[in-house]
Amino acid sequence: MSVRATAARRNLHRIIVSHGGVIALLFAAQFVIGAYYHLSLTRVMVLATFAVGYNILFGYTGLLSLGHALFFGAGLYGAGIAATQFGVGASGAFVVGIAAGLLLAFALGLIILRTAGVAFMIVTMMFAQAGYLLVLYFGTYTRGDEGFVLKGALREAHLFGFSLNLADPVTRYNLALFLLAACVVGCIALVRSPVGRVLVAIRENEERSRMLGYNTFRYKLFALTLSGTICATAGAAYALLFAYVGATFASIEYSILPLLWVLLGGIGTVLGPVVGTLLMFYLVDVASSYTSAYMLVVGIVLLILIVWAPGGLLGTLRERKIGWLP
Amino acid sequence: MSLLATRGLTRFFGGLRAVGDVDFDLPAGQIRAIIGPNGAGKTTFVSLVCGRIAPSEGRILFEDRDITSLPPYRRVAMGIAYTFQITSIFGNLTVYENVALAVQNALQRDHDAFFRIDAREMDRRCEEALDRVGLPDRADTKAATLPYGHQRLLEVAMGLALSPKLLILDEPTQGLSDHEIEGFCTLIRAIAEQATILLIEHNMDVVMELAERITVFNNGTILSEGSPAEIRADVQVQKAYLGG
Repeated sequence: MSVRATAARRNLHRIIVSHGGVIALLFAAQFVIGAYYHLSLTRVMVLATFAVGYNILFGYTGLLSLGHALFFGAGLYGAGIAATQFGVGASGAFVVGIAAGLLLAFALGLIILRTAGVAFMIVTMMFAQAGYLLVLYFGTYTRGDEGFVLKGALREAHLFGFSLNLADPVTRYNLALFLLAACVVGCIALVRSPVGRVLVAIRENEERSRMLGYNTFRYKLFALTLSGTICATAGAAYALLFAYVGATFASIEYSILPLLWVLLGGIGTVLGPVVGTLLMFYLVDVASSYTSAYMLVVGIVLLILIVWAPGGLLGTLRERKIGWLP
Repeated sequence: MSLLATRGLTRFFGGLRAVGDVDFDLPAGQIRAIIGPNGAGKTTFVSLVCGRIAPSEGRILFEDRDITSLPPYRRVAMGIAYTFQITSIFGNLTVYENVALAVQNALQRDHDAFFRIDAREMDRRCEEALDRVGLPDRADTKAATLPYGHQRLLEVAMGLALSPKLLILDEPTQGLSDHEIEGFCTLIRAIAEQATILLIEHNMDVVMELAERITVFNNGTILSEGSPAEIRADVQVQKAYLGG
């Protein structure tokens, strides 16, 4: 076996052990933490899935979107409205939410990928704001700012003859973990695949990628569609697991948050978004128990990060120590 | 039969005619040099050929097929490879990854390899390309940390790894040492056994040594074309370019 093949195999081992380890740790955590952390960690894992999806576009393909709340919102409202208005049941609603994000990302991609750089940021933000305003405008169905809750039979998911109680904390925790784990594994597979190689190439130098024979538009459309779909999946899961659908989740705040989570945890790393979401969530949590100016604490942490670890925690770690990290 | 032909090829930048009404023919198997003073339209011309920019008027034919409106990726698939004048490698990636991106494209042409690729074939072709340009032991180096001359060689390796029929080299020896230039000439002659080569070059020693025919550009049009000896003797060319 060649030196390269041996090294590749060793790296694969390390990746499986480290990423599997984090997932195992999250699984084990549910047996030792209290009820409060049990619930908040469930929430964090769903939001981390959102961040993993965002990172595919931002971290790997190099396209900075300021409008991913649109896709999270599409999943959230797609699932929420399908469940409450069309009676498709929880599993059906989940599928509708994912499909809504997929179609929206694909159709929107055909338009917004004609722009790049700052124009792309502005266009994504505008579409997301349009989406947010639509939610408010169709208040009859969405209940606008106030939102609506899922109750009764919608707290039960039926799948392949199994019945899951979505109101049960243990079920909820493990569903969120399963979702996150699936996305992490999928993301590893993606970035190690030929497609992932081209996405990174587009991030590093799009013009060169074009002249190496790649249809970069098609690759970017693929990345955006996949990213939007994962974010919508997180949104749909959020609606179904926490039984609440509200306009806040489609607002600009939820476009900025995944960006911050990814920046904090590590741009273009599979686990970075997970680490970032976890840290940011509990940073806000802890800081807000001491001061009402908790956003100041977040700001200072981000400033420190930008100065000393511009690649985010895992991004910087990869640069300095562990080059094999995907 | 011409491998590459252009008819009435024209490109305006605003009011400036960078390339004007160029009829150009390149037979398969030749090493052709394009020379001319700065701003003569050489880079614009080859950029039109490889699809980086679109022509204002005229047609481009490759193997008798009209490729004028084809996007770059379709042209690469047909066998046109372009290496940049200003070194344009993936600085943050390793040398191996740089070449792998080119090899992957060549492999995807033959097989449907969107999600999976034959790792062994990939390794073999990457090693081969790096071997040929003389960078085999630098595979795991970050490309940006290579010395400039090696970065130019990496560009050529990426072009080679695309398995092109036509390899366009835009001032490949710029910034190379005399010793490196010597190795480069040997390399080009070896590549020319499998591919046709279109070379923009300022170094007249390199041009005279490598080119079978020379096309002289001036003010966006072809001023003259001929064998190295003919070009050397051409009075017009001397006036425009060789400082005679």
